[in-house]
Amino acid sequence: MELRSRTPSGPLEKKWEKHRFEMKLVNPANKRKYTIIVVGSGLAGGAAAASLSELGYNVKCFCFQDSPRRAHSIAAQGGINAAKNYQNDGDSVFRLFYDTIKGGDFRAREANVYRLAEVSVNIIDQCVAQGVPFAREYGGLLANRSFGGAQVSRTFYARGQTGQQLLLGAYQALEKEIAKGGVTMFPRHEMLDLVVVNGRARGIVTRDMLTGELETHLADAVILGTGGYANVFYLSTNAKGSNATAIWRAYKRGAAFANPCFTQIHPTCIPVSGEHQSKLTLMSESLRNDGRVWVPKRKEDCPKPPNQIPEPDRDYYLERKYPSFGNLSPRDIASRAAKEVCDEGRGVGPGGRGVYLDFSDAIRRLGRDRIAERYGNLFEMYQRITDENPYEVPMRIYPAAHYTMGGLWVDYNLMSTIPGLHVIGEANFSDHGANRLGASALMQGLGDGYFIVPLTIGDYIGSSKLEPVAPDAPEVRATEAAVRERTERLLSVKGSRTVTSFHRELGRIVWEYCGMARTAEGLRTALGLIPRLRADFWKDVRIPGTGAELNQSLEHAGRVADFFELAELMCVDALHREESCGGHFRVEYQTPDGEARRRDDEFAYVAAWEYTGDGTPPTLNKEPLVFENVALSQRSYK
Amino acid sequence: MNLTLFVWRQPNAGAPGSMQRYEARDVSPDMSFLEMLDVVNEGLVERGEMPIAFDHDCREGICGSCGMMINGVAHGPMKGTATCQLHMRSFQDGATIYIEPWRSRAFPVVRDLVVNRSALDRIIAAGGFISASTGGARDGNTIPVPKSDADGAMDAAACIGCGACVAACPNGSVSLFTAAKISHLGLLPQGQPERYRRAERMVAQMDAEGFGHCTLYGECQEACPKEISIDNIARMNRDYLVASVAKKEEKVTGGTG
Repeated sequence: MELRSRTPSGPLEKKWEKHRFEMKLVNPANKRKYTIIVVGSGLAGGAAAASLSELGYNVKCFCFQDSPRRAHSIAAQGGINAAKNYQNDGDSVFRLFYDTIKGGDFRAREANVYRLAEVSVNIIDQCVAQGVPFAREYGGLLANRSFGGAQVSRTFYARGQTGQQLLLGAYQALEKEIAKGGVTMFPRHEMLDLVVVNGRARGIVTRDMLTGELETHLADAVILGTGGYANVFYLSTNAKGSNATAIWRAYKRGAAFANPCFTQIHPTCIPVSGEHQSKLTLMSESLRNDGRVWVPKRKEDCPKPPNQIPEPDRDYYLERKYPSFGNLSPRDIASRAAKEVCDEGRGVGPGGRGVYLDFSDAIRRLGRDRIAERYGNLFEMYQRITDENPYEVPMRIYPAAHYTMGGLWVDYNLMSTIPGLHVIGEANFSDHGANRLGASALMQGLGDGYFIVPLTIGDYIGSSKLEPVAPDAPEVRATEAAVRERTERLLSVKGSRTVTSFHRELGRIVWEYCGMARTAEGLRTALGLIPRLRADFWKDVRIPGTGAELNQSLEHAGRVADFFELAELMCVDALHREESCGGHFRVEYQTPDGEARRRDDEFAYVAAWEYTGDGTPPTLNKEPLVFENVALSQRSYK
Repeated sequence: MNLTLFVWRQPNAGAPGSMQRYEARDVSPDMSFLEMLDVVNEGLVERGEMPIAFDHDCREGICGSCGMMINGVAHGPMKGTATCQLHMRSFQDGATIYIEPWRSRAFPVVRDLVVNRSALDRIIAAGGFISASTGGARDGNTIPVPKSDADGAMDAAACIGCGACVAACPNGSVSLFTAAKISHLGLLPQGQPERYRRAERMVAQMDAEGFGHCTLYGECQEACPKEISIDNIARMNRDYLVASVAKKEEKVTGGTG
């Protein structure tokens, strides 16, 4: 497999401009003759579907939720970065680019990240024009805050509901285009396979989740904006429905999967309360601006109520280990530090898996009202879930799987290794390297959806000769048959265990061996356990009902079946990457003081895995990462 | 905790439904309401029965997927809380809980507790947007918005589109949902050019969908998990009135040179 990144030549800051000029255009009168499929209606998919329709393309948009407004982008709390430099604090496109490349531990493609920083400013303007109610200063101008360890204030926000408001902006634009007839919306439809004809992506097979009917939709190009795969861990901050089926089916049809082991564990989530736990809830990272993280110095103190542990007996471990960044250390570092203290037996709360996030100093310094103004809604949410009042007792937090930097490999045009298949937002691998910085996911989703893919799709269509595909072409028929066979196979197992019990067990394995800290030995153990559990699943899963009705167990089973295979690829990737970088921490590769040790001489590449068939190992393809504009440095947050 | 549940079971839109009794044993007060239903469903699947179907996704109270009548109250007993954020500590050990789908003619039942809320999308499609195609937007700071207006717009924009307002209303009115969007966009300078057209079209669409009329019972505001105020309905009515009095015919001419 050849990985051609198609990165334009020339100076970094001129690449996108040059590329935009060089790309082929589609005559406005011809655009309506082309059909584009967009799978997913979140920030990336929703923005792309609306923008492509505005340009004149005929768009079909699919989502599994009952309305496109419910995509999981809606749950993002903190904010969206943009290099506006409204605060006069020295921000610039180059600085945002640099922070993102460095934050990702130098495992992303320079040109893509620079372009992301460039379009960040357009995103804010676009969202303001749509009526997104960003926070404002009294003078009426846009407010900013610093977020996730950034040294400048470049984060735009709408209370603690930034994702919701940005998504509603994209959703409203989408509904506007639906009303005009440019977009046909298919809610409660799940993509179950990709149709590839003559080596090009030409359609998808979907299941109507209400009737169970399998449908084939053909098109000139397909865009996947289907989000990440953090639910491979079972417990994550993702929505219950978030799944990897679309990207996994595409992988099995020939799209390379890049850096699957780059997953992000978010440091501030509400800890697990018991076996019944169905998902984890994130508490915005902004809390670390005023909260201090600590655990007792001695194990024996852990069961005591926190207010009975005097100041000298507390270990403010982030402030101790990282004096200059302290409680604002990047996500991967803060998460791993929490795991370490809990592994030492100094964790608090049920199962000893929690650390305190304490606001008492901030309340003393600023007063309860100021804290309530900043975090009132988060404190309320915390109290609703845990029945504890964070104004009185410290919050308990623990890291949880949150975001996946890995995803389908894409070139500069956001096109996968299957011509015509474009991948945007969290579903691709492109911009965050080995670790994503806070407030960058929303930026990437909207950047890809509003400003990049609508243009690069034109280049693909303008430069390709796309013959019409007959609905009964052999490739189409074969794909439909494969989907039907798989669904019937799942239903015919009629075993004894529920889908959820398998998913939970898979999640435990992945969390234990391919979570915050990984070892060769542990990964090999996982690579033994996962195939065994997968075999059990196909022998013993119980799915009641039929395929011809709304059947939530069947939907879940199809997704879990794919998570099994993806989990294995994650472990293969984690085992092969013999270095530590960003969210991928291999215990064998650390500096003397316990920090991630990158091995740039050997691993400064993107690992793009190619499917070779069930039961045969995937092939590793490497895209070398060339850094012409930044010097590779060891991250230091001390 | 041990609970007795009566749950509305209906295999599909065409079939008749009924309340079925289930026992929920060993429920932890730290479980969310949906986690309690998960446990009941695991038991049903183990016995080879169809689990209770319900919509849910983020389980953080923001996506608006979940929603059910719990003891006759939309989203249950805790104010300002969606079903997924309701925890079992809000119930007494030994309690009996009645669980039904949203009740509204405009939200037909799909299965069990799942209803069809696509009417809400069509109301937004009728005019709940600002027509600002991608590209060509001015710098964000060239449109100053007084903080009080931005805050008011945000209060209204917090709506999660769950449909509790409709389910709670004795008339089955969708006014709070529609008014929240009209307020959000109407309070901002960017929303002014389409303000009256938007109100007129969205109100016409909610009537066409078969929702009832608003007689200001105020039940919607009580049930709303985001505590959106019925003041927004007054704002909608004002915009609608202005729109109908000052109605101008829309011409489709010009610009074709």
